[in-house]
Amino acid sequence: MPMIQLNINDKNYEVDAPEDMPILWVLRDLLNKKGTKFGCGKGLCGSCTVHLNGEPIRSCVTPVGIAKNSKIKTIEGVDETGAHPIQIAWKENNVPQCGYCQSGQIMSALSLLESNPKPSDDDITNAMQGNICRCGTYPRIKQAIKDASKAMESKS
Amino acid sequence: MKAVQLNRRDFLKYSGFGASGLLLGCATAKTNMLASTLQGATAVDTSPETLNLFVSIGSDNRIHLINHRSEMGQGSKTGITQIIADELDVDWQNIEVIQGLGNYDYGSQNTDGSTSIRSFYSKMREMGASAKRMLESAAAQFWQVDLAQVEAKNQVVINKVTGKQLTYGDLAELAAKQPVPDVKLLTLKNESDFKFIGKPVAAVDLDDIVTGNTVFGIDHEMPGLLTAVIVRCPVIHGKVKSLDDSAARKIPGVVDVIQMPETTLPVVFNPLNGVAVLATNTWAAMKGREALKIEWDLGKNQDYNSKDALAMMAETVKKPTKVIGKKGDVDAGFAKAKTVIEASYSVPFEVHAPMEPPMSTAMVTGDSCEIWASSQNPQAIMKHTANLLGTTEDKIKVHVTLLGGAFGRKAKADYSLEAAFLSKASGKPVKVVWTREDDIQSGYFHAGSAQYMKAGLDDNGGIISWLQRVSYPSIFSTFSPKDKGIQGFELGMGYGDLPFEMENYQAEASSARAAVRIGWMRSVCNIQQAFALHSFVDELAHSQNISTPKFLKAIYGADRKINPKEEYNFKYFNYNEPLKKHAIEISRYQAVLDKLTQEVNFDEKLPAGQGWGIAIHRSFVSYVGVATKVEVTNGQLKVLDVHCAIDCGTVINPDRVTSQMEGAMIFGLSLALMGKVDIENGAVVQSNFHDYQVLRMSQTPNIHVHLIPNGNYPGGVGEPGVPPLAPSLANAVFAATGERYRTLPLNKYLSV
Ligand code: FES
Ligand code: FES
Repeated sequence: MPMIQLNINDKNYEVDAPEDMPILWVLRDLLNKKGTKFGCGKGLCGSCTVHLNGEPIRSCVTPVGIAKNSKIKTIEGVDETGAHPIQIAWKENNVPQCGYCQSGQIMSALSLLESNPKPSDDDITNAMQGNICRCGTYPRIKQAIKDASKAMESKS
Repeated sequence: MKAVQLNRRDFLKYSGFGASGLLLGCATAKTNMLASTLQGATAVDTSPETLNLFVSIGSDNRIHLINHRSEMGQGSKTGITQIIADELDVDWQNIEVIQGLGNYDYGSQNTDGSTSIRSFYSKMREMGASAKRMLESAAAQFWQVDLAQVEAKNQVVINKVTGKQLTYGDLAELAAKQPVPDVKLLTLKNESDFKFIGKPVAAVDLDDIVTGNTVFGIDHEMPGLLTAVIVRCPVIHGKVKSLDDSAARKIPGVVDVIQMPETTLPVVFNPLNGVAVLATNTWAAMKGREALKIEWDLGKNQDYNSKDALAMMAETVKKPTKVIGKKGDVDAGFAKAKTVIEASYSVPFEVHAPMEPPMSTAMVTGDSCEIWASSQNPQAIMKHTANLLGTTEDKIKVHVTLLGGAFGRKAKADYSLEAAFLSKASGKPVKVVWTREDDIQSGYFHAGSAQYMKAGLDDNGGIISWLQRVSYPSIFSTFSPKDKGIQGFELGMGYGDLPFEMENYQAEASSARAAVRIGWMRSVCNIQQAFALHSFVDELAHSQNISTPKFLKAIYGADRKINPKEEYNFKYFNYNEPLKKHAIEISRYQAVLDKLTQEVNFDEKLPAGQGWGIAIHRSFVSYVGVATKVEVTNGQLKVLDVHCAIDCGTVINPDRVTSQMEGAMIFGLSLALMGKVDIENGAVVQSNFHDYQVLRMSQTPNIHVHLIPNGNYPGGVGEPGVPPLAPSLANAVFAATGERYRTLPLNKYLSV
């Protein structure tokens, strides 16, 4: 099997994986990047959300073959120190309960704010609709996105 | 004053910890256990000195505190830490929280029944205070002064005469050599001096969560680890008839294919029969599983259909059955009544669907086994794995990871037993990964149920007579080969413990056949029993043209404490708390009602299609009231607002209580609007989030949580928010539309 070249969080990697292996399992099992989580394996819950060339994708249903010559960004690439305005807003609102869905939530929120810095309530709901939080942190996620939007606006 | 020298046996006698299984482990065999726990959890060796089972202090002034309860989002890890740290009096930044291994010395680790705080509040305070006293003794010894001359505060001990100070880190070694103080001689803080208890301290794992740095059950890694995915027989007690694994074995990465043992009767936490595919990565294991060709012998449960079963339960409750509680003579009561109302309700089977499905790793070596699991109950894993492997519990070492949600599912040890079985069979460390399909189809289900209610009211709307019957498969079916009927603890959840004034009362119960594993799910039988109860109360209020809040006030009646044994001859378990400590108090129901009526104007004139509903329920010794506002237009139901008022006694972390209430409202909405598991021909029909739907952001209403703080003993928090949501919602829909929906979920009737 030819090795697959990947760029993840601005670092290059080479993995020995079948092209149909979903990015989720390449990240988790082959590269030991465990921040991206498995929730359904069918593109239904958003736990596994990462960015592929800046777009949010469900890594559990996206074969790694597609990601050649593309840039992948995972939760580990947002800001290791937790200093990104979204992470700060998440902390200030004490958003997580169990935390399991939150990598995916943050990746979806990040992509929303990158494309739409001042989202309306409906924009937020639409962008986050694919991310399930079984613990029920939606009200705080919504608030955190609004706070992050404000923080990013005043920063720029 | 000098601390009394106690030997260990005296200490146990005085402290009463012996009885509860809790033990201060200073300078005993426990020290070894603790050291190994610490090693497992921290990379840096700070050689912390062990002051007791929960407290160790490093010379670097780092405070190592054990959290012995499982963290699944409910906040116990933070809460337990707050309690110990407050009495110990340390700086929050210096604390390292270490997850305790499975160990009976901690007391029960079964993180279930909303018990973490209510069962451990006093003991954790004592642990903190005891360690603080040992630090003071050490300082007194060092300065050669009387204990009264020193005082510990903010992580230093001060000599009150000379003003000299020593940090906890300086004193740790000497403190560890001090005798364990008599718990009766400890002074606990005054509430006004609390610095963490009662404060909205941020969750201890917050930084790791937002950077993707957490370790859940699925995240455990170790050299040589294989991942197993198991196909389980779709019908319980069925088994593999024939297996062709040739295609599966050809998939790159697949290492082994192993048949699971035959399912036991009762099933308890034993593995289900099926076939496991072991591979070097999860994807290969999944593909290997798909490639298996299996013929099943589905067994005797393949005739089971939940639709028929629920219809049968609905028939059962129409007729008299076993009486489990009684007061006066209901027939005579009905004969006297001015109005008699009856109604039947039903709630389907449900499944937990925690965001992280069950996950466990096991490594069997000789007669020992080490396990890493996202588990609510490491002690259950120890016990049942020891049984499975034919070894003893002291040979089973259980690490608890973070849990990606649990809701009762992860109190069952089955997935760790699967991992242990496969590790033994393969000779390798094995991580069992449950897919979402596995989780939804092979869980421990919340039982479907039917309930019948009948009430006779007098001229003033007072209750003269009350008859109720319920039927569902008992949780006990999972643990006993024989149907022993619905158990007292199940009936004690909003059925045998009613808070209303009624002259005559009779409660009956009849169990139903179990053809799936029956388990407990967040708030357990309160789910169906609260739905029927509070829907019915609303029906009674409407029949009298009285607003439900006013009707509630009337039927609560005089301020009193209710003892279900005296009142209804019902042996009430009270969530394993003495009634003396946690009474059923009408005044606390009233306070919740008052709070909701302050926050919500129930008499407000609403636009057509809108309505408020209310329900107030006591469970896990806490009182929660929910008021829900809905709008129904053209068959579309939208939940607009939810107000939730909770009295859970002393609040340790108001922010985590609030977040648990938000989460409970959302969990309740999921089950009330969409939650339903169907069983056809013995197998679960639903398989993933497309057909077992849970609430999403667009369906989430505005949620307002109101805490009613008081000095009562802490009550449960994780579960009690769930039960009142569904009835308050159905009542709101009635107020909005005049339609009474008595079967959940509501998407049966309306788009949601
Ligand atoms: S795990 Fe990918 S969407 Fe659920
Ligand atoms: S925080 Fe637990 S699933 Fe979202």
